[in-house]
Amino acid sequence: MAAAQDSFDIILTVNGVPVSRRVEARQHLTDFLREELGLTGSHLGCEHGACGACTVRVNGEIVRGCLMLALQADGACVETIEGLSESGAIADLQRAFHERNALQCGFCTPGMLVAAAELLERRPGATREEIRTHMAGNYCRCTGYQSIVDAVEAACRERARQRA
Amino acid sequence: MTAKTGHAPDAGYIGLGVPRREARRLLQGRGRYVDDIRLPRMLHVAFARSPYAHARIVSLDVSRAAASPGVIRVVSGPEVAAMCSAWVGVVSNRKGLKSAPQHPLAIDRACWQGEAVAAVAAESRVLAENAVQLIDIEWQELTAVTDAETALDAATPVIHPSLGDNLAFQCEVDTGDVEQAFAAAHRIVEATFHTGRHTPVPLEPRSILADFNPAERQLTVYQATQVPYMLQWILARHFGLPEVNVRVIAPDVGGSFGTKIHVYGDEMTAVALSIMLGRPVKFVADRLESFVTDVHARGHRVKARMAVSQAGDILGVDIDDLYGIGPYSGYPRGSASEAQQVINLVGGPYRNRVYRGRSRAVFQNKNMYGQYRAVGHPIACAVTEGLVDFAADAVGMDPAEFRRRNYIPDDAYPYRLPAGPVFEKLSQHEAHDKLLKLMDYAGLRAEQAALRPRGIYRGVGLAAVVKMSNPSSATYGQGGVSIAAQDGCTLKLTATGGITCATSINEFGQGAATIVAQIAASALGVALDRVKVVSGDTEATPYGGGNWGSRGTGIGGEAVLRAATALRQHILAFIARLLETEPSLLDIRDGNVVDAATGEARMTLEDVARTAYFRSDKVPADFSPELVVTRHYTQKTYDGICTNGIQGCYLEVDVETGFVKLLKHWVVHDCGTMVNPLLVDEQIRGALVQGLGAALYEECLYSPEGQLVNGSLFDYLVPMAREMPDIEISHTCTPTATSGLGAKGTGEAGTAGAPAAVMNAINDALKPFGARVTAQPFTPERILRALGRI
Repeated sequence: MAAAQDSFDIILTVNGVPVSRRVEARQHLTDFLREELGLTGSHLGCEHGACGACTVRVNGEIVRGCLMLALQADGACVETIEGLSESGAIADLQRAFHERNALQCGFCTPGMLVAAAELLERRPGATREEIRTHMAGNYCRCTGYQSIVDAVEAACRERARQRA
Repeated sequence: MTAKTGHAPDAGYIGLGVPRREARRLLQGRGRYVDDIRLPRMLHVAFARSPYAHARIVSLDVSRAAASPGVIRVVSGPEVAAMCSAWVGVVSNRKGLKSAPQHPLAIDRACWQGEAVAAVAAESRVLAENAVQLIDIEWQELTAVTDAETALDAATPVIHPSLGDNLAFQCEVDTGDVEQAFAAAHRIVEATFHTGRHTPVPLEPRSILADFNPAERQLTVYQATQVPYMLQWILARHFGLPEVNVRVIAPDVGGSFGTKIHVYGDEMTAVALSIMLGRPVKFVADRLESFVTDVHARGHRVKARMAVSQAGDILGVDIDDLYGIGPYSGYPRGSASEAQQVINLVGGPYRNRVYRGRSRAVFQNKNMYGQYRAVGHPIACAVTEGLVDFAADAVGMDPAEFRRRNYIPDDAYPYRLPAGPVFEKLSQHEAHDKLLKLMDYAGLRAEQAALRPRGIYRGVGLAAVVKMSNPSSATYGQGGVSIAAQDGCTLKLTATGGITCATSINEFGQGAATIVAQIAASALGVALDRVKVVSGDTEATPYGGGNWGSRGTGIGGEAVLRAATALRQHILAFIARLLETEPSLLDIRDGNVVDAATGEARMTLEDVARTAYFRSDKVPADFSPELVVTRHYTQKTYDGICTNGIQGCYLEVDVETGFVKLLKHWVVHDCGTMVNPLLVDEQIRGALVQGLGAALYEECLYSPEGQLVNGSLFDYLVPMAREMPDIEISHTCTPTATSGLGAKGTGEAGTAGAPAAVMNAINDALKPFGARVTAQPFTPERILRALGRI
């Protein structure tokens, strides 16, 4: 058996930009985004997959960046809060969060937005109960969640209206 | 009593639910938290921590760690203690509070599982963590004191022999007539209430980046903190630096709730390493070490009883409170605050004056213990409101009616409590009536009764809340602790007619910056977007206490109001002189100096500034326009200004599984003048949900050996979106007369009342079974045990 390799070359797309780096095998995706690329919008709240602050999109699916190795993102298309903000893809959601004060300290917010954006795209007709269930993997200690649910609900209704 | 002073902020933006401007950057992932900051040559620190609750360090060998790749320095207790003096967590006006000297890193002995004993500074966090694994420590385990109930027994080892015993603090109150009152009572109700030791769990962990420049002996510290000036004092004091050489910057802070107002040994060690090495050193706690080092709070046992007359009058209250803190009293605020608040506030908003109480805090070999949102209040509220419900039941009265009968009369204010503090003015009767209407109390009772025959057990719980805010210097300053009760604001008219507002209160999500801007813009007569707020930097703001104890808007906001009023006067005096008129004939509206009578524009603020700054030739030779103004405020009339309110909880208990489903929660709160209802309501909801966490999920569980057994976010449950109810909020408004603004606290009352409301609702649901729970958190297991099903 060959000796274990410590680092690997990866090529991926982050927020539409091609990126190639040599990464350590042990580095998780969020550390890679934050430390290698300076994309500090993804946060580390627990580093064991419970809080959702590191939620990003990989190939269109939301994942917890702390539970995925950077190496596993080789060849993938990664989208972070920075990319989703700059493209305007979630501008309606961000506006709804802002108007309803659906954030206080903001540490959970990028993860919340990335998680909510998936619901907006796939099930804009979601009920309040379904919104609460969908957002159940993202911890917010500040708001009490109601304003987040309100904001996601409002953005869902608006998307559904636009689709109709 | 102080008369209302200053320019009445009855117009402009006061009372408007303006969205927070600073939220925009947070929404785009452009916040800047401590861990987002990188400085040249920055090192990262990781810690070796005690695996035992109580153990002697027989030997500690760092040689293997020091040789590990990327390691710059490994230190243990004595090296750090040589440059950072020890601290003792006492507050002189908490008489009898004692503690032992504490060092940044344990020396010779570790006193709780998680206490830092050695530190590695390395080129990356990964390399530092690698090296920590190579620190060789030989331990000799000692007996751990982990049960508060037996901490004072003769057979229990004394954690600090020099202190004589394990009693950290005790306070008492006795009005002298308790035995007679209980002897004469129609009924006596009693219970033992437990509140689970829990911890604030802000999502951003504790974070510090220390940057010492040896050339100037200048220490700059970026820290996730609520209290920059407190930290400046602490760092200067313990590292022997001139205070002017210590700058503390609080960038965006990811929640705190009390976690980030304390001194932590690991953070002090990061500072020590930066000073030693002359390089920036960053420490960001990971979640697992947060659970064993962030302050814990609220682990009380209260034996309580209440005497009540046949007519439903409370005749007397008698309590004995015991709680176990850590092995040291917290620094610099001490771990006596919960005892004091429990003793002060049991009895709540009720007019009973027969009261005996004792509270004791004992040392334990568990994690450090400190102030968490609504310090002590949730315990006092649960005891009071629990007894009230039991007493109402004992005399066959509806609990709402029982409360109404016993509230302090509206004409009795200011009202001195049996334990000493004075309530300036509460609106409890009005809040009570408003809540019952808001929640349709009668309708819920009818629904509850209709569902019971179908095997659906719903409960309605009430909790009347009193919450102190706007604290005076009695809390810390008078106890020899340099934490300011005053706050300051500097307002500057910029060269183009904008306003910069430097405030000593700071932002960690609650919306302080927006509140401050609203007050400044309103009092000055300018548009909100003309005001730029600067906060969280000891080199950029006036001196002040920062945010804790529900004081930001009440104290810091009043300083803004006073500064804005003064700047307005300065501007008007200047322009009156220029235009050869009287200041009283002028006003500032929409950013223009206008004729007060007609509203006709006389000068824009930009012209005012340009004249003052660039065309001094137009300014009379004997006149100097002063367009930068600083004002301060401190509340001196009472020890604190009490806010009040009431909560209603509606829930369903599954009597087969013991699970509780929260259906709806209602709150009426009185924070006096409400500057921004959008932010106030969100503060209340967030605080409430923290209280719901305490009621249903959260507890730091320790083994008998002192091991925290649920120290991860998978094992320590916190409220998530799915389990939380919608929360409806309404307000009463009783402005404090101690300030011009009239604002009182709002950020903690939700936490104070929620556990009591939930407890009462669960017990209401369980009434058909004759079952009661009084130990938080109210887990399915505890409910099933109460029901006799397990």
